[in-house]
Amino acid sequence: MSAPSHLSAHSVPAIDPSKLRYILATDCGSTTTKAILVERVGNGWRQTQRAEAPTTVEEPFADVTIGVSNSLTEIGELAGRRFIADDGTIIRRKGADDPDGCDLYISTSSAGGGLQMVVAGVVAQMTAASAKRAALGAGAIVMDTIASNDKRKPHERIQRIRELRPDMVLISGGTDGGNVQQVVQIAEQIAPAKPRPRFGGEYELPVIYAGNKDAAPQVRGIFGKGFDLAVVENLRPTLEQENLGPARDKIHDVFLEHVMAHAPGYDKLISWSDAPIMPTPGAVGDILQRIAARDRLNAVCVDIGGATTDVFSVFDGTFNRTVSANLGMSYSISNVCAEAGLDKVLRWVHIDMDERELRNRVKNKMIRPTTIPQSAEALVFEQAVAREALRLAYAQHKEFATTLKGVQQQRTVGDLFSQQASGQTIVDDMRLDLLVASGGVLSHAPKMEQTAAMLVDSFEPQGFTQLAKDSIFMMPHLGVLASVQPEAAMEVFERDCLVRLGWSVAAKGEGKWGKKCFSYRVSGAVSATGELACGDVALVRVGPEQEVEVTVEPAKEFDLGAGPGKPVTRRVKGGTVGILFDARGRPLMLPENPADRRAAVARWANLWETR
Amino acid sequence: MAKAYTPGLKVSARAAYRARRLLPVHGEVLVKVGDAVRARDVVARTYIEGDVTPVAVSSQLGVPAGDLASLMLVKQGDAVVAGQPLARSKGIFGLGKKECASPAAGTIESISTTTGQVILRGAPLPVEVKAYVDGRVAEVFPNEGALIETEAAFVQGIFGVGGETVGPISMACTRHDQPLDAALIKPDMKGAIVVGGARVTAAAVKAAQAAGVAAIVSGGIDDSDLKEILGYDLGVAITGTEKIGITIVITEGFGDIAMAERTFALLEGFARDGAGGREASVNGATQIRAGVMRPEIVIARRPSDAEPAQGARPEEGALEIGTQVRLIRDPYFGLLGSVSALPSEPAVLGSGSKARVLEVKLGDGRSVTVPRANIELIET
Repeated sequence: MSAPSHLSAHSVPAIDPSKLRYILATDCGSTTTKAILVERVGNGWRQTQRAEAPTTVEEPFADVTIGVSNSLTEIGELAGRRFIADDGTIIRRKGADDPDGCDLYISTSSAGGGLQMVVAGVVAQMTAASAKRAALGAGAIVMDTIASNDKRKPHERIQRIRELRPDMVLISGGTDGGNVQQVVQIAEQIAPAKPRPRFGGEYELPVIYAGNKDAAPQVRGIFGKGFDLAVVENLRPTLEQENLGPARDKIHDVFLEHVMAHAPGYDKLISWSDAPIMPTPGAVGDILQRIAARDRLNAVCVDIGGATTDVFSVFDGTFNRTVSANLGMSYSISNVCAEAGLDKVLRWVHIDMDERELRNRVKNKMIRPTTIPQSAEALVFEQAVAREALRLAYAQHKEFATTLKGVQQQRTVGDLFSQQASGQTIVDDMRLDLLVASGGVLSHAPKMEQTAAMLVDSFEPQGFTQLAKDSIFMMPHLGVLASVQPEAAMEVFERDCLVRLGWSVAAKGEGKWGKKCFSYRVSGAVSATGELACGDVALVRVGPEQEVEVTVEPAKEFDLGAGPGKPVTRRVKGGTVGILFDARGRPLMLPENPADRRAAVARWANLWETR
Repeated sequence: MAKAYTPGLKVSARAAYRARRLLPVHGEVLVKVGDAVRARDVVARTYIEGDVTPVAVSSQLGVPAGDLASLMLVKQGDAVVAGQPLARSKGIFGLGKKECASPAAGTIESISTTTGQVILRGAPLPVEVKAYVDGRVAEVFPNEGALIETEAAFVQGIFGVGGETVGPISMACTRHDQPLDAALIKPDMKGAIVVGGARVTAAAVKAAQAAGVAAIVSGGIDDSDLKEILGYDLGVAITGTEKIGITIVITEGFGDIAMAERTFALLEGFARDGAGGREASVNGATQIRAGVMRPEIVIARRPSDAEPAQGARPEEGALEIGTQVRLIRDPYFGLLGSVSALPSEPAVLGSGSKARVLEVKLGDGRSVTVPRANIELIET
């Protein structure tokens, strides 16, 4: 797979890589601006310093560059090098001996609520879904998806559009040469609704049209005064083909030229930056795609925040991103409990807890989101909520990351035995190679074992899956760095960004508890053998620098990657946790009886040393 | 001396209060700088474009969209009434003609010969903005609205539901730690801002709704009661648009928790003022995201109001030895105390995490260590 398509669309300054030594990168989030320093150390690149400062996009500062300067000043103090001049601007290194300054500065941004879009298409499951994929892939928050078959009456749809204040609208619909009428009808409903852009005033709402090219003239006629219309290639030129690149590129361009330019201080930030500023999730998606392409991996990355959870996946080179807008650990904690049900949360808790009190605790966390768990009991509950938030976000992601719907598939006789309808999820837990965690509850868990266990319990990986976490959430920085210096970005990703936790080795299948599930043998730097009955787990410590050969032999009902009952042998490098063997079955089944369930959860916690 | 900064909710007997009262779209501002306004006065008014009704005319007539232009009985910009024929088909040899009637009154905004759709725009909808508080117009934003300024007693709650309302303050509880139950709601509380003490029950809210109470202000509420009142489990704390006929402001948090004594005493003072209690402006709207919005109770002060006591106040937001704090996370949720030590080194918590902590001497004499993130300053 090549690099993400839109990167080639931007003009990137010509920089001689051999002259580079100091690279500064910031990620301007809604509340915090995080800066990192990437330095050439010896022949390679390392991330050497990090610092953060409050984001200053809101009043009374209303200038994002103040927060950027503050974070870079701190980085400078840590590095013993001045990066910010007295006038608050970034110092550039003038020569090899210059004691101050950097060679390159780049940034991502999600400040001010990120990029907010409304997307539209003719059929919800087809062109509208493709439009949503394009918007999400570009790093947007999709406020609503409008489609002819979205079960709303036309006037309800128009009313909804009127209430929203998007940064831009993406319209798709129809295949090239196909029906014109339906997509024009959608355009006719959006234009009179006159969605008011967030920035108000004289700002003309950007509308991107990426539908049937034959309808473009009519669409131009509909979006006259008050709109800034751009027409790009159809994102679904045929039913069998999705062409998201041009629409994503245009979204990024409009984001920079219109949305960013209206946010306080961004004109200055754009002039400081040596590469186009990218929306934060867009940058995370890009680095994940690059890693997956380079190592030929299927990978999933999750970022769980206070309000939202982002899931990114690359399977067989196809990238998808979803944002679960109301699944998070502080602002949205109450919604996780409401959506999953408190009983689902409590199944991960091995101690008695009073439901009324828990409900009040959840709401108290929601209204005072900055508090942290003090007691071991509070942490157990918080990590139980995290498991459910992650499980729900991953389920939503799987539902969204599908093969193209509406495609007639040509089948051979062989396919009759494994028929798959169009619109099947492309996320295959057995073929998942790498699962990356980021976000407070995962990154800052007191024990790495807890992070690994949360990932396994909520994502339920099958077979061999490597587990990792983003050490200090620098994937956004590396994503934008990769757009100008891919080698430096990849090197830092490997050496400083990812903390390898180890491996999940889990059997797919169901069986009676107590009956044999699989046996394992570990040899090499570490030796261990064992046999696991259904419902059992085990942990074998294999350090990050240790390499071992792992052989697993499943019972005939279970699959560890080679098919039911077939043994698998893999050479793997360990991690800070080691190898988590999991014979609890897939889908993961917990005992129904509360006392048995509590006992099982307590036993797993002991064996995986999460307590 | 070690200092730290932590946010607290504002409870002030006297504060400069400013309300920006803006229209969602441009319109007419009805006041001028210096005008005295009452909370219920309209300060700006506009009309927003009416609702849009798309009418699939060509499909209703059974004709191709391209033929529509010649069949229309009205043209773009025409005003139509409900039931008025918009278009008529030619039929066969003049027979079997069909008509498409307008489903609503409005103006013809567009006629599409691509889709056969006619867009009808309804009558403009009025939008008014009221002053919300008694005060004076400090600034006028042409075509947008006005800034109302007043000197007021101001109480920020932690969480609320329901929007803006105005009414006289009426005390339902006699103590700050007395729960507010249904028996304390009286018929004469109609239209009032009813002040409770500790936890308000669902039964009390229902009784208040039945009595026509404008708003309830109390220390705490159970989440299960809130679910019963709203009819759904609240997922995210973005509120203010609930249509439950009452505004609720919770000052402290969820569960059995008493209203801070100072807040209770402040509200009680205004309830005793005059025959029916002083008027307060209350808004339950809460948004706990970036750019936090908390619910509020605002009581415009009068020159005759007693001067609030001026005690020695700590620097705003500063945390030092002796500062009064409230613990806001289990296992000590809701307890009050004073800071007894501010160690600078992070400590390992019971959860295993490392965090900066402080020591608090509780009212019952116990001394506890808690993360700095888990306390809230109480202004004295």
